[in-house]
Amino acid sequence: MDEKTVKIRIKKKSQAGDIWRRFLKNKTAVLGLVIFAAIMLAAIFADFIVSYDKGITQNILERLQGPSAAHWFGTDNFGRDIFARVIHGSRNSLLVGIGAVAIGITVGGLLGSIAGFYGGKIDSVIGRIMDTIMSIPLMLLVLSLVTALGNSLINVLLAMMIANIPQYVRIVRAAILSVVGQDYIEAAKACGTSNFKIIIKHVIPNAIGPIIVQATMAVGTMILNAAGISFLGMGIQPPTPEWGSMLNEGKQFMTMYPYIVVFPGIAIGLTALALNLMGDGLRDALDPKLKD
Amino acid sequence: MENTDKILEVENLTTVYNTDAGVVRAVNGVSFSIGRKETIGLVGETGAGKTTTALSIMQLLPERTGKITGGSIKYQGQELLTKSKAEMRLIRGECISMIFQDPMTALNPLMTVGEQIYESLDIHNERQKSPKELEAKVDELLELVGIPARRKTNYPHEFSGGMKQRIVIAIALACEPLLLIADEPTTALDVTIQAQVLNLIEELKQKLSTSMIMITHDLGVVAQTCDKVAVMYAGEIVEYGMIEEVFDRTKPHHPYTVGLFDAIPSLTEERKRLKPIEGLMPDPANLPEGCRFHPRCHQCMERCRSGEVYTYENGAHKIRCNLMEKGEQNGRVD
Repeated sequence: MDEKTVKIRIKKKSQAGDIWRRFLKNKTAVLGLVIFAAIMLAAIFADFIVSYDKGITQNILERLQGPSAAHWFGTDNFGRDIFARVIHGSRNSLLVGIGAVAIGITVGGLLGSIAGFYGGKIDSVIGRIMDTIMSIPLMLLVLSLVTALGNSLINVLLAMMIANIPQYVRIVRAAILSVVGQDYIEAAKACGTSNFKIIIKHVIPNAIGPIIVQATMAVGTMILNAAGISFLGMGIQPPTPEWGSMLNEGKQFMTMYPYIVVFPGIAIGLTALALNLMGDGLRDALDPKLKD
Repeated sequence: MENTDKILEVENLTTVYNTDAGVVRAVNGVSFSIGRKETIGLVGETGAGKTTTALSIMQLLPERTGKITGGSIKYQGQELLTKSKAEMRLIRGECISMIFQDPMTALNPLMTVGEQIYESLDIHNERQKSPKELEAKVDELLELVGIPARRKTNYPHEFSGGMKQRIVIAIALACEPLLLIADEPTTALDVTIQAQVLNLIEELKQKLSTSMIMITHDLGVVAQTCDKVAVMYAGEIVEYGMIEEVFDRTKPHHPYTVGLFDAIPSLTEERKRLKPIEGLMPDPANLPEGCRFHPRCHQCMERCRSGEVYTYENGAHKIRCNLMEKGEQNGRVD
């Protein structure tokens, strides 16, 4: 029994190793990974980099200062240190952006796989429910959900996730449909493979390319959506730092003091870019045909 | 050749597809049986119901449209049509397995070939063999189909078409099924590779004592591999017999079988032109009355247009044709 588990682990490792080696060959993907890792580290160790208080306490004497040795990214209209706000804001922004996409894609992906794989009535039922959700404008849906559920970060996340599920259901369903018709699915059935195993081992790995690309692109959008929602007075409220809301607050000073919006903007852009590069690299690494 | 040990008995199998355009009657009362180590060839044009017959046996018909409406399929005496989905899954791969037409698409492009063979072994691993034993079996299977075992870590796109078909065969034979259904296994391959693959199938069949259903439209393939032949037309078997009988031109034949032979170029006879069978296979959603072949038959008689068709029987040799009733008529036109 011991030997069995050991052997399986070795086998799994070698396959993941294959993908990892292919990923490493892609220089831009590695760059994306490095940037993303840096952002994650900044979020995790934010307290060691700069104190949270600096980004929260208002200091009228030091308002609207440009970048300097004391305030690396300058200060905003309340005299709060923008560097501290960007660093600490990463926690909320990444949570909202990646969280909404990750959960949305898991739930949407599952529903989409079921719809695509089984088809028929199940497909129709899931499809119509998703169409109904999609017919409601995103903002309206999120606002009504948050109003109904109560105003909190988790509820905003939940609402954004629900609003996003239909789009993933559609993408995943389409990707699955293109794979399900393939002979190797039929061949797997002819070998007596169970449906669950077919979905996990054969269908999803072959359909995952477009899904990964879509997901990585969506993270940036999600962060901006969350900003729009907090602008309307829901979810993350000032003075809690968050990249999207920093953009919104700084909007009115943008012409005179551009650095207020430039730094959080760069942070969002960089995160989205890093994820895109990683997503592309991952997509290629998962495809053995592009190995060499 | 008398074989009482039947692996598969198909009796009066009827399969339909319920489509928006109406009910497509793809298989209409097909009966045949296969003994141990025997190979039966299902021959016919595109749309004759060959693949549908195979999928009916495997119960892999498209779930929403395909339906078996009558008949019975017995595997070693057990009725397959009343088995549950879970029971059927155990039979697939383990007892009956299938080789698909196009090896280019029958392998998952994201898994190494070794993993794919391993998977089918792992699914039917009743004897609880250790992964090491299964890996050894993967190597053995690859060597068996003539591929070096060290190539098991390669992906499908790194193999040629013929080699891919060998791997597909290795997967199909992984659990040593008693019955192998080969659905046009050589159609997608070029001629030299075809011969290799056919030889391989033949060799493995002997080695593993597997019975086989060979689905093909190539009479040459039938001549090379089969013991029995069933010529299918519009979902029916119009002629059935031992290969020696069906390929013997001095014996009586169904006009359709004659037509099929006339459409093959011959090396020995001198013929200027091939004689194709005129017309097309009837639309299975709208089959003609009486003999299904009558609209294309040169010897069509009044009574062929409606009613039951006479079945000629001479030992194992069966022909569904009214011409046979008059005696030793040969369906030959000239």
